[in-house]
This record gives sequence, C-alpha cells and structure tokens, in this order.
Amino acid sequence: MVDFAGWSMPIQYTSIVEEHHCVRKALGVFDISHMGRLNISGADAVRLIDHVFTRRVVDMKPNQIRYGLVCNEAGGILDDVLVYRLSADTEATSGISHRMVVNASNREKIVAWLNEKQKRGGFDAKIADVTLETAMIAVQGPNAIQVLNPLVDVDAGSMRYYTGQVANIAGHDCYISRTGYTGEDGWELIVTAPASTAVWEIVLGAGHSAGAKPVGLGARDTLRLEAAMPLYGHELSETISPVQAGLGFALNLKDRDFIGRDAIVQFQQDTALPVRIGLALDGKRIAREGATVFCQGKPIGAVTSGTYSPTLDRPIAMAYVSPDSSQPGTQLTIDIRGKDSPATVVPLPFYSRS
Amino acid sequence: MNPDQLLFTKTHEWVAVSEQDGGKVVTVGLSAFAIEALTDLVYLELPKVGSQATAEEPFCEVESVKAVSDLYAPVSGKVIAVNDGLPNALETLSDDPYGAGWIAKIAVSDDSELDRLLDHAAYQAMCQEEA
Repeated sequence: MVDFAGWSMPIQYTSIVEEHHCVRKALGVFDISHMGRLNISGADAVRLIDHVFTRRVVDMKPNQIRYGLVCNEAGGILDDVLVYRLSADTEATSGISHRMVVNASNREKIVAWLNEKQKRGGFDAKIADVTLETAMIAVQGPNAIQVLNPLVDVDAGSMRYYTGQVANIAGHDCYISRTGYTGEDGWELIVTAPASTAVWEIVLGAGHSAGAKPVGLGARDTLRLEAAMPLYGHELSETISPVQAGLGFALNLKDRDFIGRDAIVQFQQDTALPVRIGLALDGKRIAREGATVFCQGKPIGAVTSGTYSPTLDRPIAMAYVSPDSSQPGTQLTIDIRGKDSPATVVPLPFYSRS
Repeated sequence: MNPDQLLFTKTHEWVAVSEQDGGKVVTVGLSAFAIEALTDLVYLELPKVGSQATAEEPFCEVESVKAVSDLYAPVSGKVIAVNDGLPNALETLSDDPYGAGWIAKIAVSDDSELDRLLDHAAYQAMCQEEA
C-alpha cells in the first residue's frame, strides 16, 4: 500500500505485469474512489463550467461526457478532467445538471478554483464535493460487457463511448459511464460509499469465471502509458500548455472564451516549445521520470513517465523534447543513471486496441 | 540449496560459504522474500568479474517495473564469477532463488565479516517484522 494524494492505495494486488495482461486480455476491476467527484447545480452551471473548461459545454447533450482541461490564465494546465452532463431527470429531481471528475491530487485546488470563479463571476451555481460520500469502480477489458450486463438494469453494451446514465447494479443505485483510463473498452461505476464494498465484491465475484482480477495503481500506470494517456504531475502541469501536450482534440477555441484561451492561442504560434513524444527503448532498463534525453550528444528534453510495457515487452517512455527531434524514427539516447540507452521516437499511442 | 544452510544480510542477500584454494568463497543471491517483494523484475546488472566488492556497499542492481534496487555486497573481496545467463532468464530468480538464481561469487578478504550475517531463523524473524 502507498499513500497517493492522501489515499492509501495498493500498487499491486499480485503483480503489475499479471494485472496488466488481465485487463488487456480479460477483465480488471479498479478501485478509483480517489478520483474527485464534484456535482454542479444551479441555473448558471453551464456558464460556470464553460468559463473554466477547454471544451464547449453549452452543446453537451444529456448523458454526454467530455474530456478536457481546466487551465489558468497563462494557459497552463490546472487539471485534466471529465465533465458529465447529467440527465434531465437527475436535474429535475436533484438540481444537479453536471458532474466533474478530477484528479485526486488536484481536487482541493479545482474545488477552490471553481468556487472562486463562481463568486467572482456572480454565477448562480453550486459546487458540491461528493468524493467522500461516493466511491468509483472501473471495470475494464474485453470481458467487461459480458460480466456487467447481467448485473445492471441498462444495456451497457449499447451505451456510446463517453456517455453515462443512472442505473442499478444488483440492487444498488449507481451511475454508469463508458469511460476509462486503460485503452480498453470499459465502464466506470459511481456508487454510494456504503454500497462500495458490496458492488466491488459483486463485480469481482460475477467476473471470476471471465478471469476478472482486482488491479492496482501500478498496472493503472502501465496501461495508461501504453495508451499514451497523460498523467497529471507527469505529462501535465501548470507550466505545460495543452498544445505542447498534444491535446488539441481537447480544445474548442473557436467562437468562445474560457480562462486561458488567449494564452493557448498564443502557444499555438510558438513552434519552438518542447512537445510530448513517445520513445521505445533498446535494452531492458526503464527510463524513469526526469531522465535527460539527448540527440547526438546534445540535451533536448526529459522523460516524464517511463515503464516496462507488458504488451510490447520492452521499455517505453513519454518525454518532452524540442520539436526538431520529435519526428517518429528519430534516434535519441536517454541517460539512465549515468549510462546512455538508445531510444527511437515512435508514434503515440504505443498500444491501441484492434 | 536449503535456506537453513545459508547466511543472510539485513538487505536481503543470501550467502553460501565454501572453501576454495585455502580461502573462503561466498556465493551470493537474493532472498525469496526480496524477490517476492520486488515482483515484475525487468533487469539485472551483474557485477564485473575481477571487480572489488566492499561489504555493505552496492555491488550490482536489480530493476522491477516499480523501482530500481541496489544489491549490497555481504562481504568484501574480489568478484571471481558471475551467473552470466541470469540477466536473460530473470524468472530463474523466483523459480530457484537459492540455486540456479545465484548472482555472483566473491573471494572473501576478511573472514570476520561473515560473523555479521544472520542465520535463516534470524533473517525470517526480521522479514516477519518488515511485513
């Protein structure tokens, strides 16, 4: 067990590599209750979120979910988040129209940021941090649907990617979404804290014959790295712009304004800034965060995340390097604890499900 | 090898003592407890044959998906042999930690350093406390 942003979490239940393969080939169940869950209500909820989020919010349909960023005025990334537009029913009964799921390490910062922007803008909106009253369980892998569908009262298989809805799982109220952080097909469940252990055991028990295993933080990291999903504190920070991070798809810059927009537009003109790349390493050593990357003896950047890829059976890394050395095929070297290790720039992601 | 016949360091190396050319030679490996705790090994860097090891100083390293760990020399002396095939067969470390998973042999330069090592029972007691 390790401390992760104040949460005591397992790095692994058995083995990172075994758990990783289990998600790619069968089914992994993750306790991701550490993720921050914020419910947003009020007549101006859309306007408030639209003001702080890099994606357009006004045109989100009920049940739709969007990935995007919350940035500061300078265009630096405060967090990468999911915004959920809840159903009309939920809004009518609870007043809650939207939810934001944020990183554990940034939860308090984002809550404070939203509250401050709400006050300053005079928005009629209320942010409720329900992280501690709720729990979140990710069910990921090719066998997820055959295990989940008999347990829930909705047709999970017909849900579109990045949508969610209210449901019931084996007698427990939940919110189910077709989302994840593994590169596999999968669903995430939000349940009440008191129901969390029961739901965890129900899913694992029902999934037993389909090869379901609990998966810890270690494999969550190797899975997201293969899928080239950025991790806050590594590929994303307040001094990195979304443009450098290669997250252009998470920006809606046209015909709207939000905090950081003008700075991001400026960043788009700056072609000299380091950019995020993927590296496949020769040898067996892992290049870890902070390792310096060289091109023909000249330092050009640094590794932000590195691991052993169980799927590719070789070390992989993500790094920020100067753009003139960022083309796939470029040969670079990485200083791994004083020794040069050859590496090749490869397209991201390292893995995508067929 | 039966671990009851081995000595152990507090840093989880095991030691088998033998006689060679009138001096003592130790075979060194990594304990089953340590290998189990590391899990998911990806890399082992052996010491160089002929290099000088110093007791309780790092003399080679092992890397798992989680982290890099130093191995510490249990005694001082010259490294006289290494298990060349091991880095390409890391599963041997967990399959046979006290036999085919040996890492290096050191010609002991000061026999008294052996007195600092733990017997298996004392080592197991220490591991139990760590766990």
